[in-house]
Amino acid sequence: MPSNPTVGVLALQGDVREHLAALTAAGAEAVTVRRPAELAAVDGLVIPGGESTTMSKLAVAFGMLAPLRDRVRAGMPAYGSCAGMIMLADKILDGRDDQETVGGIDMTVRRNAFGRQNESFEAAVAMTGVDGDPVEGVFIRAPWVESVGAGVEVLARLADHTVVAVRQGHLLATSFHPELTGDQRVHRLFTDLVRSSRA
Amino acid sequence: MSTTPTSTSDNAPETGTARVKRGMAEQLKGGVIMDVVTPEQAKIAEDAGAVAVMALERVPADIRKDGGVARMSDPDMIDGIIAAVSIPVMAKSRIGHVVEAQVLQALGVDYIDESEVLTPADEVNHSDKWAFTTPFVCGATNLGEALRRIAEGAAMIRSKGEAGTGNVVEAVRHMRQIKGDIGRLRALDNNELYAAAKELRAPYELVKEVAALGKLPVVLFSAGGVATPADAALMMQLGAEGVFVGSGIFKSGDPARRAAAIVKATTFHDDPKVIADVSRGLGEAMVGINCDVLPESERYANRGW
Repeated sequence: MPSNPTVGVLALQGDVREHLAALTAAGAEAVTVRRPAELAAVDGLVIPGGESTTMSKLAVAFGMLAPLRDRVRAGMPAYGSCAGMIMLADKILDGRDDQETVGGIDMTVRRNAFGRQNESFEAAVAMTGVDGDPVEGVFIRAPWVESVGAGVEVLARLADHTVVAVRQGHLLATSFHPELTGDQRVHRLFTDLVRSSRA
Repeated sequence: MSTTPTSTSDNAPETGTARVKRGMAEQLKGGVIMDVVTPEQAKIAEDAGAVAVMALERVPADIRKDGGVARMSDPDMIDGIIAAVSIPVMAKSRIGHVVEAQVLQALGVDYIDESEVLTPADEVNHSDKWAFTTPFVCGATNLGEALRRIAEGAAMIRSKGEAGTGNVVEAVRHMRQIKGDIGRLRALDNNELYAAAKELRAPYELVKEVAALGKLPVVLFSAGGVATPADAALMMQLGAEGVFVGSGIFKSGDPARRAAAIVKATTFHDDPKVIADVSRGLGEAMVGINCDVLPESERYANRGW
């Protein structure tokens, strides 16, 4: 039996601990990643929720942006929740002018699209690839996916058809935070993706 | 042939849940929240990588200097700061002043700090924070105080420290006290938790939850007296999950540079080489006040009950 895949969580800022716990429960060896050498040692990477402008600045300041782009381009599986979705988007709206993303998913994501914290909400989300009950979607000053390219599969929409989860090949992104719910099905989906990319 | 599932509207979206409020604070972890008094300062904070700003009329150092009654900020000032930045904006209400909190919620701030830095409006009661959609952060000097605030609905806790002194000693005391109190709970058996709850003057259910988790059920930040990158890293090493910086940035010689340095030191709080590197050439830190010469009446940490 092959060993569990090593999955990193980008630990520049954000809800790192929750992702580490969810990945561990999903059968991955979960480790934090803040430096290029740590990135080089993982089979897949989660970019957590947090403040995307802060994450972007720290990634630039500590020489992580180019290595992140290189590994994503080379086929490393990556999953981004909320701010992580913004980081994986090729294009963003309502970001800062100087805001850099890792990119990789051919989509346009609007930052803080649902509004401020008072508009943050929970809603049940039915998601392709996650069997059983809908996922409990926790949306916190969340982004949404405004448009996607031909190669992107939409995995979930809200009742009003807003796109909130996508996949393009080895890259997965959700507007919401499964790491806050104790339901590890999305992290299992990602861990399986990492496992199959390693095989 | 597979079509994307569209979620049904059976469960209408629900705002203001405990998970959404506490989850918001989870997203701020590993970050720095900076006090700002103008839209220009808010922009400097955002440029430096702050995860949020605290909109204030006066930073605590000036509140100390000026004296008088310190109240919620002018709505125009808060609007101006909300318009200037895209990161979350917090603002302070007086302890127990539910109307100030209602106004801040109506203005659309992302978090309300029911703060001892402002002059308390009620010497017995804090606000019922469950009644709000906007989440609250509150200060605490020990575990019992933190759990009383959580019982009232606080979705985030910070140490009190002594804001406006540029002296980290009180924040260290509060952080060690809270972490120590949690450690002692962990060592108790189930029979002892009832008496512990009585001693802590906190609800038994929360005491039991903390004993099982080994941490607060909400995010714990440090606040009060952080003036240098090393101060921020110290608070992180002591177990804070993020840092509020009040007067320390905009009362220093080079705010933009100091702000960016504190952000970096918070992320790499366990890497002395990074902290040394970012600590170079920051110019003057705020002068600071020694807390042992502060009269009891001027200690903000004594406010709140």
